[in-house]
Amino acid sequence: MSKTRVETKINGEQMEFLCEPQQSMLDVLRDTLRLTGTKEGCATGDCGACSVLLDSRLICSCLMLAVESNGRQITTIEGISRGETLHPIQQKFLQHAALQCGICTPGFVVAAKALLDENPNPTEEEIRYHLAGNLCRCTGYDKIIRAVQDAAQTMRGEAS
Amino acid sequence: MSEARDYKVIGTRVIRPDGVDKVTGRANFGADFSLPGMLYGKVLRSPHAHARIKKIDTAAASKIEGVYAIATGADFPKVGHEEITGGEGAGDFADLATNVMARDKVVYHGHAVAAVAAISSAIADAALAAIKVEYEVLTPVMDLDAAMADNATLIDERLFTAGLPQKPTKPSNVAAYMEFKRGDIAQGFAEADVVVEGTYRTPTVHQGYIEPHACVASINQGGQATIWCCTQGHFDVRSMTSKVLGLNVADIRVIPSEIGGGFGGKTTVYLEPVAMVLSKKSGRPVKMTMTRDEVFRASGPASATKCTIKIGAKKDGTFTAMSAWLAYEAGGYKGSSMAPGAMCVFAPYVVPHFLIQGYDVLVNKPKVAAYRAPGAPQSMYACESLIDDLARQLKIDPIELRLKNAVSAGSQAAYGPKFNAIGFKECLEAAKKHPNYSAKLGPNEGRGLAAGFWFNAGMQSSAEVHINENGTVTVVEGSPDIGGSRASMALMAAEELGVPYEQVRVLVADTESAGYNNVTGGSRVTFATGMAVIQASRDIIAQCKQRAAATWGIEEELVEWQDGQAIPKPGVNADVKPLSLAQIAANSGRTGGPLLGRASLNARGPGPGFSINMADVRVDPETGKVDVLRFTAIQDAGKAIHPAYVEGQMQGGAVQGIGWALNEEYIYDAKGVMQNAGFLDYRMPVASDLPMIDTWIIEVANPSHPYGVRGVGEVPIVAPLAAVANAVRAATGIRIPDLPLSPPRILAALEAAKA
Amino acid sequence: MQSFAYAAPETVQQALDVLAEHQGAGRRVQVMAGGTDLMVQMRLIDGSPRTIVDIKKLAETNRLDIGAKEIYIGAAIPGAVLTASKPLVACLPGLVEAVDLIGSSQIQGRASLGGNLCNASPAGDTISALVASAGVCVIASKGGQREMPVESFVVGVGKNALKPGEFLLGIKFQRPAKGTADAYLRFIPRTEMDIAVAGAGVSVTLDANGTCTAARVAIAAVAPTVIAVPAAADALIGSKLDAAALDKAGKACSAAASPISDKRGTADYRRTVVGVLCRRATAIAAGRAKETR
Repeated sequence: MSKTRVETKINGEQMEFLCEPQQSMLDVLRDTLRLTGTKEGCATGDCGACSVLLDSRLICSCLMLAVESNGRQITTIEGISRGETLHPIQQKFLQHAALQCGICTPGFVVAAKALLDENPNPTEEEIRYHLAGNLCRCTGYDKIIRAVQDAAQTMRGEAS
Repeated sequence: MSEARDYKVIGTRVIRPDGVDKVTGRANFGADFSLPGMLYGKVLRSPHAHARIKKIDTAAASKIEGVYAIATGADFPKVGHEEITGGEGAGDFADLATNVMARDKVVYHGHAVAAVAAISSAIADAALAAIKVEYEVLTPVMDLDAAMADNATLIDERLFTAGLPQKPTKPSNVAAYMEFKRGDIAQGFAEADVVVEGTYRTPTVHQGYIEPHACVASINQGGQATIWCCTQGHFDVRSMTSKVLGLNVADIRVIPSEIGGGFGGKTTVYLEPVAMVLSKKSGRPVKMTMTRDEVFRASGPASATKCTIKIGAKKDGTFTAMSAWLAYEAGGYKGSSMAPGAMCVFAPYVVPHFLIQGYDVLVNKPKVAAYRAPGAPQSMYACESLIDDLARQLKIDPIELRLKNAVSAGSQAAYGPKFNAIGFKECLEAAKKHPNYSAKLGPNEGRGLAAGFWFNAGMQSSAEVHINENGTVTVVEGSPDIGGSRASMALMAAEELGVPYEQVRVLVADTESAGYNNVTGGSRVTFATGMAVIQASRDIIAQCKQRAAATWGIEEELVEWQDGQAIPKPGVNADVKPLSLAQIAANSGRTGGPLLGRASLNARGPGPGFSINMADVRVDPETGKVDVLRFTAIQDAGKAIHPAYVEGQMQGGAVQGIGWALNEEYIYDAKGVMQNAGFLDYRMPVASDLPMIDTWIIEVANPSHPYGVRGVGEVPIVAPLAAVANAVRAATGIRIPDLPLSPPRILAALEAAKA
Repeated sequence: MQSFAYAAPETVQQALDVLAEHQGAGRRVQVMAGGTDLMVQMRLIDGSPRTIVDIKKLAETNRLDIGAKEIYIGAAIPGAVLTASKPLVACLPGLVEAVDLIGSSQIQGRASLGGNLCNASPAGDTISALVASAGVCVIASKGGQREMPVESFVVGVGKNALKPGEFLLGIKFQRPAKGTADAYLRFIPRTEMDIAVAGAGVSVTLDANGTCTAARVAIAAVAPTVIAVPAAADALIGSKLDAAALDKAGKACSAAASPISDKRGTADYRRTVVGVLCRRATAIAAGRAKETR
C-alpha cells in the first residue's frame, strides 16, 4: 500500500508523517507519533477518550482520517499545558479529585477546554450536555462537573 | 487495635502523587506501551454461541507475508482442574485455560478460537480472515430458565451439580448448589402476621471500564518472559499465565501499567497467555489490545440472575422468617458470584429463621468476571425491593422497618460470623436526618430507599518503606492504583512517620520488585495494603529509635517517636536534641546502613461495610422514561483516609448502579449473538443523565485496623438498584420486578395497569 | 486489487471527475463529508478498500445562506457551525435542534446535515425535520445541478436517490413565512449519545387568529425510511392546535408507523411514543409560530 505524506501542526509544532489513506488520526497520533496521551476507548466516537482539537474545534480523533490533518492544526492533551504550568482545568481536576483511574481524563480535559474557550460561564446543565460525549465509569461525573465549574471561575479571573 | 487519636495527615484532601501525569497524558496505560520489533496480535473469535470445533485450517493464513505466528488450542497445554483462589471471582484453572483459547468447543459468541501475530494490525486482520474453522453448531442456551429446564441442552456433558446432599445421577447445566439456613423456616413463616414474596430478574451487565484489555508479552529462547499489561493484580496475571501455559512462576515478570478501570473485570487473564504463545512461536514481543466490541463479547460480564425472596413479619415489622432462591448465570464456564450473593442477601438483618439456596448455572454467554461487590447487587436488589413493598403493606416508614431489624455489633450475620462494630444503624439514622429524605416531591415523582452491604476483603499484602538520604520516603507496594490508592498509602505512611505528605512518594512495583500482593479488589487495598504500609512505617520507626538510642548512648526503650523525630522519653536524663527522620537518614551510613522497613501480612478483620442510598426520580407517564432528579449515598467508611476519593467511590458506584437499574443490559438475538456490543447501544450513564450525587460519609471505626479503615470501593454499587426501583415504584404505583427499568418496560407496565 | 486512496477536490468539477473516473474503471468510491458515520461503518461493517472523496473543501458544500426568500445549507457544514448560526436558529429552530441532537459535542465538530441525510438511516434525526420544513436537495450531477425534495431523496434503509457519479451539494428551503415554525423531538433512553427510538418533525403555520393554515409532519425510526404523515398534517390544518387536534395528529402518526422491534425498542413502544412526540413537537412548533407571527 502506498503511503501518503502529511504535513500538519500538532501542539504548535510542525510535523510530518506518512500514513495510509484509511488510517484514523487517533491511530497515527498513538502509533506513529507516539502521542499516547490521547486514548482509545471505543474507536467509534462513543466515549470521547480520543478527543482532540482540530483548528480549535472539538472532535473525536478516531472519526477523522489522518490525511485530513494536512495543513491543519491539532491540539492534543500533550499540548494543553505549556511549559511549567498546568492549565487551570488540569489543576482543578487534581484539586477536586475529578479522576479515579484516569483513562478518560485526557479526553475530559480537552473537551472541557473546548467548552470554556467558547463559553466562559456555562451552567451546570451546559457542562453536563457538553461533556455527554465523554464517558467516565469511575466518578459518576460529580467531581468532574465541579472541577470544570471551578476552572471556569478561575479562568474568568474570579476567586474560587 | 484501632486507636482513637487526632490525625495530622489522614482525612485531608491532598493531591494524588500520580495526578499530574494523568491530567497531562503522560501516564502510561495498558495500550500505551511498545517495544522495538514488536508484532501485533489479534484473536479470531467464534461466530457461534455454542458449537463444536471440527477443524481449524490455518494454512492460507500462514502464507500471508508479514504473519509470524498462528496459535490455536493445539498450541496450549492441557490444564488439570484446580480451583482459582486469591482473586475476586470464582473459577477453575482448567476452565480459564479453555476460556483463553477454545479447544474442542466454543461456549459463547466471541470465544477465542485462534490468534495470529503479524507486523501490522491490518495484516493480522487479513490473516484472521484467511483462517477457516469448521463448526458443528449446537443449540445455544441463553437464559436461566432454559438452562435449568429438565430437557435442557447441555453445555458441558461432564458437569454434575456440586454441593447437593446427594450426588446427582445425571449431568446438568447447574454447576453448583449452595445452602445456608438457621432456625426452622416453616415455623418462622407460621409466626408471621404478613408474608410477602417476589421474583426479580436482573440482566447481564458489563463492568464498562473505559480502557480495553491490553498487553505486551515477550518470552526469550531461554523461557524467561515479561508481560506489560493493565490489570488489577499483576501477581495473579503471573500465576494464571504460569498455570495456563505450564511456565515457571519465577520465569515470568509482570509489570503493571496504569489501569483504566477494572471494577473486578481485570482480575483475570484473557490476552496475556495468548500473546505469550504468539511471542514464543514468533520469537518477538507481541502486543495485543481488545476492541470495544471484543471487550463486550469476550470479557466480563456480571451474572444475570433470577431471585425469589420471601419475608415473614409481625405487624410491628419484626422479621420472623426470610427465604431466598437465587440463580446466577456463570456464562460458558462454572463460577458465578452466586456464593457471595447468597451470603450478602440477608446480611443487614436479624432474622431467627432463614433459608438461602443458590444455584450456579451455565449459559452460552462469556464467563462472568467479578463486578464490584460481585453477586451482592443482584440478590440485594431483590431483597431490598421486597422490603420496600413490605414497608408499604405494613404502613411502616422504610427506614424504621430496617432499623427495627438491623444488625449491630454482636448480631450474628446470616453468613456466619458475629459482627464487630458496624455502622448500619448509623447510616439509617443519618438517612432519616438527611434533607433529601424530607424534601417535597412533584407530580410523577417518587423516592426510593435501599440498603447495601459488602463484607470487604483482607488477604495478602506486602509493602516496603525506604527512607531516602534526605529523609524523604519511598513506599514500594504491589497493589495497582485504580482510584487514588497511592495517595492513601502516602497519607498513611506520612501519618505514621510524622512527615509531610509531600515527602512521601509511592511506587506500584512489578512482580520482581515488590513482595506478593493479592488483587486490587474486594475493597482491600486501603485496608490491607494500607496496613502493610503502616506496619512497614512502624518498622522504620523502630529502627530510627534504635539508631537514636545508639547515637545518644541510651537504652532503646527510652526513645520515643513524635512528630517525625526521635526524642528521649520525658524524664530521661539525656542532654540531646531530637533527631529528625532526615537527620537519622543522613547519618544512616554510620549507624547501620540504609533505613528499610518492611511488612507482609494476611490482613484479618476487614470490617463489613453498609450503606443507605436514596433516589428521587420522575417518570414520564407517556414514554416511561425515568429521570434521576436527586441521589444521596450514605456509607460507613470506618475512617476515610482521603475523603474526596471515598466520596468518588460512592458517587461512581451510585452511577454504575443507576445504569444497571435503568438501561444497561446485554441484548441477544435468538442465536445467542449480542446485539449491542458498543457504547452506543450498551447505554451507560452519561453526564447529562445525572444530578450531583450527594454523599455522607459515616465513620464507625473498624476495630481491626489501626486507623479504623473499612473497605469502601464495592458497597456503593449495591444499594442503587433497589433505591432507583423503589423510587420508580413510588412514582408509578407499580412494582416492576425485572431490570433494567427501560422506557419500553415501564410504559408496557403502565399500560397494563391501566387496562 | 484496489487499495485505499483519498482525494480532496477543490472544485465541484474535480469532484465529479474523480467520481466519474472511478465509476468508469469499476472502482469503489465513496463521498465523505464529516465522516462520522463513514469511519464507524468502515470499522464495524465493511472495511474494504475504496477511494474516499472528501467534499469539505468545496465552496458549494460549505456555503450557508440565509436569504430573504431562500435558505441554503451546504452539505458538509459541521453541526457546530449550524447550531452557532443565530439567523438559522431563528428561521428553522426545529431543524437546528435536530442537527444538535446528532451525537456529542465531538460529533458536532464534524457531522454534517448532508451526511446525515445521505446516510439515509430510518432514525436519522435531521431527515424528518428536513421533510417537515420541505427541504430540497441540490445535487451535483454530470449534466449540472439537479434538485429533488428530501422526501423522495431517501428511498430505503441506508439508500438514497443519488445516481453513480452524483453527490449532494446542499439543501435549500423557502424562508419560512410569518407565523411558520418548526420543531423536532426524538425519544432516546438516555439524554444524549443514543440513536432515536422514534422521532417527529413538525412545521406549522398559524394565521392571525391562531388557526393552523399549513402543516407538515414527518416521523423517524418507525418505518424503513423517514416518512411524511399527511394525515397528521390534515388533523392540524384548520384547527387552533388544541389538545384534540394534537391528539388526532399523534394518533395519525401512530397509525402511519410500521416499526420493528430491535435493541433500541419494541414495535409497540415506538408506535405509541411517536404519537406522543408528534403531539409534543407540535405544541413546541405552535408556541414558536405564535412568537414569529
